[in-house]
Amino acid sequence: MGWFRFFRRSHWDRERAAELESYLQIETDDNIARGMSHDEARRAAHLKLGNTLRIREEIHRMNTISVLDSLGRDLRYAVRGMRRNPTFTLAVVLTMALGLGANTAIFAVVDGVLIKPLAYPDAGELVSLNHTAPGIQVDAFQMSPTQYFSYRDEGRVFQQIGIWGDGGTTITGGGDPEQARMLAVSSGVLEALGIQPALGRIFSESDTTAAASNPMEVGGSAVILTYGYWQRRFGGDPSVIGRRITTDSRPAEIVGVMPESFRFLDIRPQPEVILPIRLNRAGLVIAGFGVRGLARLKPGVTVADANADITRILPIWLNAWPIPPGTVGRQAIENWRITPTLQPLKEFVIGGVGEMLWVLTGTLGIVLLIACANVANLMLVRSDGRRHEFAVRMALGAGRKQIARAVLIEGLVLALTGGALGVVLAQAGLKLLVAIAPDTLPRLNDIALDPRVVAFAIVISIVSSLLFCAIPVFKLAMRRESPISATARGASASRERQRTRSTLVVVQVALALVLLVSSGLMIRTFQALLNVDPGVTDAATLQTARVWIPPQQVREDERFTRMQHEILDKIAALPGVRAAAFASAVPMEPNRVALSAIFVDGQTYAPGTTPPGRRMKFVSPGYFGAIGTRLIAGRDITWNDIDRRIRVAVISENFAREVWGSAAAALGQRIRAPAPGTAPPVWREIIGVAQDVHEDALHHPAPTMVYFPVLMDNFGGQALTGTRAINLVIRSDQAGTESLLNTVRNEVWSVNSNMPVFLVRTMKDLYDDSMARTSFAMVMLVIAGAMALGLGLIGIYGVMSYVVSRRAREIGLRLALGAEPAALKRMFVRHGLVLTGLGIAIGLVAALGLTRLMSSLLFGTGPLDPATYIAVLFVLTLAAVLASYVPARRAAMVNPMTTLAED
Amino acid sequence: MLQGTLDMLVLKTLVMGPAHGHTIAHAIEQGSEDVLQIEHGSLYPALHRLEDRGWIASFWGTSENNRKAKYYRLTPTGRKQLATQTARWEQVVRAIGRILKPATE
Repeated sequence: MGWFRFFRRSHWDRERAAELESYLQIETDDNIARGMSHDEARRAAHLKLGNTLRIREEIHRMNTISVLDSLGRDLRYAVRGMRRNPTFTLAVVLTMALGLGANTAIFAVVDGVLIKPLAYPDAGELVSLNHTAPGIQVDAFQMSPTQYFSYRDEGRVFQQIGIWGDGGTTITGGGDPEQARMLAVSSGVLEALGIQPALGRIFSESDTTAAASNPMEVGGSAVILTYGYWQRRFGGDPSVIGRRITTDSRPAEIVGVMPESFRFLDIRPQPEVILPIRLNRAGLVIAGFGVRGLARLKPGVTVADANADITRILPIWLNAWPIPPGTVGRQAIENWRITPTLQPLKEFVIGGVGEMLWVLTGTLGIVLLIACANVANLMLVRSDGRRHEFAVRMALGAGRKQIARAVLIEGLVLALTGGALGVVLAQAGLKLLVAIAPDTLPRLNDIALDPRVVAFAIVISIVSSLLFCAIPVFKLAMRRESPISATARGASASRERQRTRSTLVVVQVALALVLLVSSGLMIRTFQALLNVDPGVTDAATLQTARVWIPPQQVREDERFTRMQHEILDKIAALPGVRAAAFASAVPMEPNRVALSAIFVDGQTYAPGTTPPGRRMKFVSPGYFGAIGTRLIAGRDITWNDIDRRIRVAVISENFAREVWGSAAAALGQRIRAPAPGTAPPVWREIIGVAQDVHEDALHHPAPTMVYFPVLMDNFGGQALTGTRAINLVIRSDQAGTESLLNTVRNEVWSVNSNMPVFLVRTMKDLYDDSMARTSFAMVMLVIAGAMALGLGLIGIYGVMSYVVSRRAREIGLRLALGAEPAALKRMFVRHGLVLTGLGIAIGLVAALGLTRLMSSLLFGTGPLDPATYIAVLFVLTLAAVLASYVPARRAAMVNPMTTLAED
Repeated sequence: MLQGTLDMLVLKTLVMGPAHGHTIAHAIEQGSEDVLQIEHGSLYPALHRLEDRGWIASFWGTSENNRKAKYYRLTPTGRKQLATQTARWEQVVRAIGRILKPATE
């Protein structure tokens, strides 16, 4: 009612004015009836009523005071109280700022990464066309262009659909040959994403159509530039539209420029140019699984509907496309059991990072709870100190409600001040976070301290203030004592409050234990990762650089392999280079590794079945020595093998054990990749077995591998197969330095000046990337754990100090009666330890349950790792002893005379 | 006049039925045989306060001599409030009476 009147004060004022006027009229009428003249009657009426303006003012004030004024009074009172107790205020504001700031920052991350839709119109309709092939145990089975056509023609659920891939393209002419990051898209991809170019147009139907003689081709017709590349290479010149540039030695017309805000999903690095995937359905054959797909679903269609639709289309597709003789058969493809596993595009972009972020969010939520418990304690201490004041206010007529409101408003002011400071901290924290967050954390660009985040900060500030005010207010409401007796010192009441405060400490210790255990487990995970033998030694001194020889430059496989050999010899001869080699891919480049069924000589396969897929790499002699992979048995591939086309292979130890039982037993055995049907099988002898290499990430098991020479005859139906795109591996102390890179580049260019050198990284960078998520989660959890420990310590310290000050008289008496100071100290430390012990007991139960939630983040350690638990118990107990020892020592130093003389 | 007594008198006046400010003021004055002289203006903040507490409710009507006037009527809560206030008032009066009586005897 009060608020209602407050906001309608002017209405009420008009109403009163009318009412008073009505009085005057009636009284005037009466007076006239008594025989007065009109003027006289009016004057007498005024006299009788009194000053109307004053009456209206009084009523206006009544409406104002009852609400805003009391609010203003409480606010002023709160601020005055805060200023009068700077230590209390500072402690509360800082504690809340830490807790709120951390939570605001993590909310900004969660909001940006997990909650906000992708930056495309109606992004909820976008899906990634993922498939699996359980028949050959492949989780991420890529699409064939023929699937794209079948889905597009037969599908009932898609608005637009397209396929894409990414890689590099060599842009030549004008300056150094440049390798630009390239995105290749079929017609339908940019349309599905709903992107309008900043300049020009997107690809037309003719841009994306190929000749039947070459049914799938990337580029060669048109190119779209991204904003950044357009600025860098062309200075943002709008007349580039229509100009021709050379991509992979073929001319392409610049048809458009993407807007500055354009990002393609979250691929890293982002593309610089976009080339069309040109297709001609007349010439396509069924296989060629090497592209990804995305689509926009029709409104209202679910992912399950779309999966069902594709499941319906797949058999149609299987029978619709030609299968050239000698390639994998229709029955074999059917046995792969290709299954659609569509995913909202956002989930595809986010990947598995959601789990880690939710764990971090939960963790920081716990930190906030601990902070609230601490502040609740401080509020209790303070409201204790104000009992006299409250009693006086109640005696003067203030109700419990008003006092409770004053406490709540004080809490609110404190929390909001803390929240404001927290937002500032969050801003700084976010900058730090984005800086230390792994590059592999998706959607970093979408993380911002926007109004949503600020609104969140305000809401959690208010909720926290309610949390930490709840206990003092509740105590206030429960207080049954009369205002007068409250002013006298009561021991029983203080004992009761002591219990509340001890409960809070127990809760804090329990929560801190949970956090310490989680951060401990992350540290153990990190340790375990460091202990993994990656199969590569001393990654920091291993330089990698990618070199690609365009077919337009050198066509024959034998010639470019000779060229690669020449480059390798020049680099190996450089001063400071201890070893050098090259391979189709280095470890930590899982998407460059080919996968193929590998037949083993002597094993029989049922018709229509294929042996399990193995990873394949094509390596130069010396590759294992250069990266530090030990040969367990046999020998390395040599140039002699390559030059004389001796059919050899090296396999990984786990492959050897799986098939032959041991590394030594595999030597001399023969394997082969699938070959065109009619050709006689070409077996290759296993001449070496290499140590297992963690190819994908340290925390992923090492896959089984087959290493073939970089040049082979009769492989995959071709007379001669070379490896056009290679990764140089150079062992040198100067790895990662610009001078090494420059000399390497010059050596490459001295062989052919049109060959780009790109993706130069040290092996350590690649491994760091692979560990980045773990180390990020670890750093964050350790920070949270440290905050929890610190806050918990302050909690124990605060309570013990309070106990000591409360019992100062008792202590004084005991000392006066001859108690040993040491025994007193022990008594208080024991008290602190009892509280800690209780907290630990509760915390252990909670930790056993909660750490299961983070098991997906762990590696090499279980959620019940005993070492972690023991270390945490030790740290917590030690901290508790310290936190209670300091106040205990103060107790023992109490001067009996002064404490007894008090009061 | 004592704070609170005016409230009680207003409520008491309204027991007889709805009335506007002018009537209430005169009723109190005349009912007390002019012992209680009130400034009629001070009645309005009191009416406002009582209405705010929900003890009386108001509506606009027309007075006996055909003027627009704001009428007040007693609400059920107001009726209850009047009963308790009256009871308490009588208690106080009796108590004061008992204290004063022996001195006059």
